[in-house]
Amino acid sequence: MQESVGTKGLIFNEPLLWEKGSKGRSGFSLPRRDVDSFPVDEELCGDGPDFPDLGETDVVRHFTRLSQWNFSVDSGMYPLGSCTMKYNPKTNERQAALPGFGGAHPLLPAELSQGVLQIMYELERYLGEITGLPAVTLQPAAGAHGELTGMLIFYAYHQSKGSKRSKIIIPDTAHGTNPASATLCGYKSIPVKSDENGVLAPADVAAVMDDDTAGIMVTNPNTLGLFEDNIQEVSKIVHDHGGLVYADGANMNAVMGIVNMADSGVDVLHLNLHKTFATPHGGGGPGSGPVCVTPELERFLPSPRVIEKDGKYRLSEDYPDSVGKIHAFYGNFGVQIKAYAYIRTMGAANLKKASQLAVLNANYIKAALKDTYYLPYNRPCMHECVFNDKFLSDFKVSTLDVAKRLMEYGFHPPTVYFPLVVAGAIMIEPTETECKQDIDMFIDAMKAIAREARENPELLHEAPTTPKVRRLDEITAARKPCLSG
Amino acid sequence: MRYLPHTQEEIAAMLQTAGIADLDDLFANVPKECRRSAPLNLPEPLTEWELNDHVGALADRNATAPDYKVYLGAGSYDHFIPASVSFLLGRGEFSTAYTPYQPEISQGTLHAIYEYQSLVCRLLGMDVANASMYDGASGLAEALLMALRITRKTKVAVSRAIHPLYRRVVQTYLTPTGYEIIELPYLENGRTDLSSIENRDDLAAVAVQSPNFFGCIEDLQSISDTVHSTPKRLLVTSFSEPLAYGLLKSPGMLGADIACGEGQSFGIPRSFGGPGLGMFAVKKAYMRKMPGRLIGQTKDIDGNRGFVLTLAAREQHIRREKATSNICSNQGLCATNAVMYMASLGGTGIRELARLNHDKAHYLQNELDKAGFAAPFASPFFNEFVVRFPDNFEKTYNQLIAKKIVAGLPLASYYPELADHYLLCATETASREDLDNLVKEVRSCKNQ
Repeated sequence: MQESVGTKGLIFNEPLLWEKGSKGRSGFSLPRRDVDSFPVDEELCGDGPDFPDLGETDVVRHFTRLSQWNFSVDSGMYPLGSCTMKYNPKTNERQAALPGFGGAHPLLPAELSQGVLQIMYELERYLGEITGLPAVTLQPAAGAHGELTGMLIFYAYHQSKGSKRSKIIIPDTAHGTNPASATLCGYKSIPVKSDENGVLAPADVAAVMDDDTAGIMVTNPNTLGLFEDNIQEVSKIVHDHGGLVYADGANMNAVMGIVNMADSGVDVLHLNLHKTFATPHGGGGPGSGPVCVTPELERFLPSPRVIEKDGKYRLSEDYPDSVGKIHAFYGNFGVQIKAYAYIRTMGAANLKKASQLAVLNANYIKAALKDTYYLPYNRPCMHECVFNDKFLSDFKVSTLDVAKRLMEYGFHPPTVYFPLVVAGAIMIEPTETECKQDIDMFIDAMKAIAREARENPELLHEAPTTPKVRRLDEITAARKPCLSG
Repeated sequence: MRYLPHTQEEIAAMLQTAGIADLDDLFANVPKECRRSAPLNLPEPLTEWELNDHVGALADRNATAPDYKVYLGAGSYDHFIPASVSFLLGRGEFSTAYTPYQPEISQGTLHAIYEYQSLVCRLLGMDVANASMYDGASGLAEALLMALRITRKTKVAVSRAIHPLYRRVVQTYLTPTGYEIIELPYLENGRTDLSSIENRDDLAAVAVQSPNFFGCIEDLQSISDTVHSTPKRLLVTSFSEPLAYGLLKSPGMLGADIACGEGQSFGIPRSFGGPGLGMFAVKKAYMRKMPGRLIGQTKDIDGNRGFVLTLAAREQHIRREKATSNICSNQGLCATNAVMYMASLGGTGIRELARLNHDKAHYLQNELDKAGFAAPFASPFFNEFVVRFPDNFEKTYNQLIAKKIVAGLPLASYYPELADHYLLCATETASREDLDNLVKEVRSCKNQ
């Protein structure tokens, strides 16, 4: 086994911002005052916020030290299932930071925003082509925001047919955002269990689908990393009752250039540009959650929409059936540029190759670890594979312990305890940007940890000891919340 | 392809381990009918250097400073961004991490967002701030939904002086819920008129924005007195320019129950309207009803200070359909951006910068007034204000665009009754010379 990348580094302590600094210090070059002071109504005036005064060096050291306490894709393999933590190309950052984009005001007349509008227009076309659902909005700011947009479209569609349906079918493998998004549109979630193969059985869907059900929300590939191979049959059942099919496209990274979502019966789908299209996750955002729909549903998409005529682009509000606006402006344009740059860099063949390699990496890990960790669904997987801690329970070692010990080997843990249908789940999504050597090191680490679980479980219970802090008391944090200082 | 590290030999070895014949065979489970037969129709790939040229040319096709002088605010403000902030934000340790589910190796993000929450509370005079919403508009919609949940009523009142695009988002969020929105008119002085709802007890919340869309500073104290004179009515205050609170009394101090708005002004590039930052803060009584992620302070098993995601029992990944919101990914890096900016300004700096914004805008308004262009609303303002230009100013406006000056936002499409009214903004980035030139240009057109 190669030497582990996990090690003790030089880690600095650093206090909270207001525990340092000195009144009157400054980290900001205050612009020249070239106008006189105008009186301010004293009644309205306050004392100003109690912010600490810090120098530029203070601020730079503070946040540099903080950054060193983070694990990131730039530091190592981050196989967080369902999150597609692939490498985020640096050139995309450069493009988004160009002054011609960063300084662009959202309410300028169209003739002063042609470059921005062209990028949005072309990106919509590319995403339409990749999904097979040609009408696209870029307005949603994240995946869950896209789901909400999708549910609003469901609502508007049924209303246009003169009906107001009250339910929606959601498989038990779904992301928690799915039922929460449906609730915002007044839909009651009807859960459906996946079958013994980990996918939806058409008969189970048929048993709950009726004329009061707006449709179904399916994640495909699903959160077990399996392709819903009955998707066409399921779609037909839903369509026969006048319902619509929503696909959570969070896992689109598995099937670019391989699956046509429209052909599989999907009517509405959201993408996560921060997953499939390589934009950085930002420690929790900003993301971008474009929604792609069939031509039939195009009229319901949020407005305004970018249109093109004779090579000139403009925003049009002329969509009377639109669900309305879901973002103050046009979504996270700064993220959209990065996805645009990614698609232009990759092209069709490399996008397909990316999906193939993402699936290859997951199947390779699955094969390499299936004798070491229990595999609840032993079927060919897509871009991620789900194990659990069943083989380790005899040694009083849990999934959480494995996750914490992995940190000491220099890896971010996989997603744990999700999907909920697998007790003690360990959900591994390597992505295509991890090379074989790094994946082999990850596999070796996972095997070594399983060995340690049998021989020296204390190592796992005590882990992690190398990061800035050890296991944290989350119970007290929730019981006696301290949310600001 | 530089993002795909596999060699042919490695692919062959991996396929063999996985027991799979070839790359196509990986998808044997996908039904034939769902599979594509033809390749995707996308442009040929570009090299890194071709991409620079291509995207660079597109970037040049947008009107931005310093070529253009853009006197537009209206929810997206031009402020100087220190190089130190952009530089720190570019650190991959912050930008290429995800939601801090594993706190031991995410303390950088957690510590920074805890500081963000804390400084937002200090700025807005509130008790608890979340880790961010998508933007000012969706934050307002979620604030109103939260008030409806808390009070179990079915109506909300929303000022017409709130950003019209925020109101459209609120409308979208509330349409399928069946809740009713009552619109509050604005007075001659540009502030909100609350007279129609003084004693109504069927309202879950009253929402105003300060400074409002016209730039007018609302009298939040008197609004709060009115709203709270009837029990179980929440005051929701929105904002699009948080820098104003470097100078003004905070909404929390004046009685806001929920304060929410757009934080783009705090060091975030305008970027055609996004990504921005939904700031969202509440009084302590409503902490467990609020949407979004929260970071809390705690200790590790050795007794050392550390931070974790907390109160997750409100959230979608635990509560699913019963969650307080569906939000998952938020605007984390933008919140980090804002705390870096707030830390750079400091308490002394934010006050001076806010004062300078105030004075620049007042200088411009004063000069326009002297030139004969009246401000129709008499209320105090911060860094933007409405001007009534002569009838048919549109032609002049377009002539000025040809001279690379954007003389504010025409209001007629948002408020039909405000034809020839323009919303102008002046921040610290506008020099006196620029402002004098704007007045000169507007005046010369008037004299044509």
